Amino acid sequence: MRALVWHGTQDIRCDTVPDPEIQDDRDAIIKVTACAICGSDLHLYDHVMPGMEKGDVMGHEFMGEVVETGKGVGGSLRKGERVVIPFTIICGQCDQCKRGFFSVCERSNRNKHLAEKAFGHTTAGLFGYTHLTGGYQGGQAEYVRVPFADKTHIKVPEELSDEQVLFLGDIFPTGWQAAVQADIQPTDTVAIWGAGPVGQMTIRSAILLGAKQVVCIDSVSERLEMARAGGAITIDNAQESVVERLNELTGGKGPEKCIDAVGMEAHSPRALEQVYDRVKQAVMLESDRASVLREMIYVCRPAGILSIPGVYGGLVDKMPMGALMNKGLTVRTGQTHVNRWTDDLVKRIADGQIDPSFVITHRAGLEQGPEMYKTFRDKKDNCIKVVLRP
Amino acid sequence: MAPQRAVLRRVCRFAPVSTEEASMSESPYPRDRSRPPAQTPLQSYLASNPHRRPDPGTRALAQGLGWFSIGLGLTELAYGGSIARWLGMPRSAPVIRAYGVRELVQGAGILGSGDPTPWISARVAGDALDIATVLPGLEDPNPRKHNVLLALLALGSVTAVDVICAQNLAKAPLAPSEKVKRDYRRRSGFQRPAEAMWGAARDVTPPSDIIGPEAMRPWTLANA
Repeated sequence: MRALVWHGTQDIRCDTVPDPEIQDDRDAIIKVTACAICGSDLHLYDHVMPGMEKGDVMGHEFMGEVVETGKGVGGSLRKGERVVIPFTIICGQCDQCKRGFFSVCERSNRNKHLAEKAFGHTTAGLFGYTHLTGGYQGGQAEYVRVPFADKTHIKVPEELSDEQVLFLGDIFPTGWQAAVQADIQPTDTVAIWGAGPVGQMTIRSAILLGAKQVVCIDSVSERLEMARAGGAITIDNAQESVVERLNELTGGKGPEKCIDAVGMEAHSPRALEQVYDRVKQAVMLESDRASVLREMIYVCRPAGILSIPGVYGGLVDKMPMGALMNKGLTVRTGQTHVNRWTDDLVKRIADGQIDPSFVITHRAGLEQGPEMYKTFRDKKDNCIKVVLRP
Repeated sequence: MAPQRAVLRRVCRFAPVSTEEASMSESPYPRDRSRPPAQTPLQSYLASNPHRRPDPGTRALAQGLGWFSIGLGLTELAYGGSIARWLGMPRSAPVIRAYGVRELVQGAGILGSGDPTPWISARVAGDALDIATVLPGLEDPNPRKHNVLLALLALGSVTAVDVICAQNLAKAPLAPSEKVKRDYRRRSGFQRPAEAMWGAARDVTPPSDIIGPEAMRPWTLANA
C-alpha cells in the first residue's frame, strides 16, 4: 500500500509499505477514505518531538471503512462500517478509560517503558506519533491497523460527509475540550493564542459555549480573517501589543480564560525572546519554545484559567512561576479525551449547529502529501488545513 | 469530488463554498493568477517581494540587524584606522572604511525597504567578505592574532544570526490576495451568523472531574 513515511527531519515521502495485518483479536483494519495533516504532525516533520524512527508511517487524523476485524472485536464493529478513528488509542477497560480520561489510557501504549522514562508514567498510545506513544503506524496511508478497535472508533451517520466528520478524530474535540475545561461563563473574555486549525475550532467552541467575547491572537492575516468569520475579535501580534490590547478589551482586568492553541513551536513577536528560545533550542538547553505560555500567564486575570491544548514535548525555560502562583491561576491541559466528547459533537454536526469542514483550505491526493507538509508548515498558499485522499 | 460536494450541500446548507474548490480538486494548490509565479530558492533570497510576510520575530530581528549595520558602519567609518591597528593589520584601514560605507548602505536598505530579504542576504555576503579580509591576520608575523581570533568569533556569531534571519525571510509565506481573504471571510462554520450562534451550546454542563471541585469555582457561580 502507499503511505506517508517519516525518513528524517523535514523528509516525508510517499512510499510503498507492507499492508497492515491483524495482530491481535481486538484489531481492525480500516481502509482510509480521508486523512488530514495535523498541526502536531509538524512537530514530527521538524523533528522537535523526539522518538520518531525512519520508516514510521505518519498521521493520526483519519477515517475510513472497516475491511477486517479480529475475533475479539465482536459486534462492536462490522465490515463495511464507516468510522472516524480517534487519535488516542483506548482500551476502554483500564482505570483511566473507565474514568473517561482516555488520553492517559494505561494499556494502549506498548512502549510504556519509554513514556515512563520521559513523563514519569505512561500515556495512551497514539497513531503515527513517535515511539514514546507506542510507535503505532499512522493513518496517512491507504490502510491502517487499529488496535483495541472495539473501543477505538467513532461511528458516524451516513448522511454526513467525510469532510464534515473527519475532524472528530482530533481537532474538533481538541478545540471543544480546550473551551470546556476553561469553564467558560457568560461574563468571560476568552483569549485564544493561535488561529490555526485547533485555534479555529476553539473559537467556535467558545462562541457556542457562550463566552462574553472571544479574542484570537495570531500574526497570519488569512487565519485572522477566518477567526473573525467565526465571531472572534482579532489581535495581530505583529502589529500591536497583545498585553495592551487585551487590557483595553477587558477594562484593564485581563481575560478570565486564556487558551494556548500554539504549543511548542511558538514564534515570539519579541525578537530578543525569539532569538533566545531558538538558540536554547538549537543547543538543546530547552526543547519547547514557551513564549505563548509566558504571555498567557502575564496577561491572564488573577484567579483565571489557562487551558493548554497546544502540544508540548519536553522542557521549557523561563516560566514565570511567580506570576502563575501569586495570581492563583489554574492550569488545565492534556491530550484530548476524544471519545468523551464525540457523541455530543456528532449530534451538533448532524443538527447543523456547526460544520467543521469550514477549515479545509487544501485538498490533495496522498502522493502530494510530502509537498503539502511543506506548504502547511511554511503557511504557503494561505494554507490552514490539508485533507488528503488516499 | 463534485457529487460528494452536492451531497454535502444537501445535508448541510452552510457547507463552505470555496472559490478555489474547482481547481483544488485538480491541483493541490493552484497558483493565484493575480500573483507573479513562485520564485526559485535563489530568487527568494535575492529578489524583493512586497507580499512577503515574515513572522513578527523575524521582522523585528531584521530591523535590529538594520540598526546594527548602521551602528557598525558609523564605527568602521570613524575608527577604521584604530580597528585595523587593533587587528594588527594597519594597511587594511581603507578597506575597513569602505566596509563601513557598505554597512551603512545595507542598514539603510534594511530599514527603508518594504521587504528586507535581499538586504539581509547582502549582509550574509558581506559577512563572508569580512571573514575573508580578517582571516589573513592569523598568519605570522601578526603579534595581535588573539584580537583577530576575537574578531572572527564575533563575525561568526553575527553571520549565524544573519543566515537564520535570511532563511526565515526567504521562506516566509506571502500575504493573501483579496480573493483568498473574501473566501476565508465566509468560512464561519456556522449555519447562521456567528452572533446568532452565541451560547447555542450553553446546555453543556462541564464535567466536574474536568473543571475541578465546585468549592474552588467562583462563589458567584456556586451561589447562582
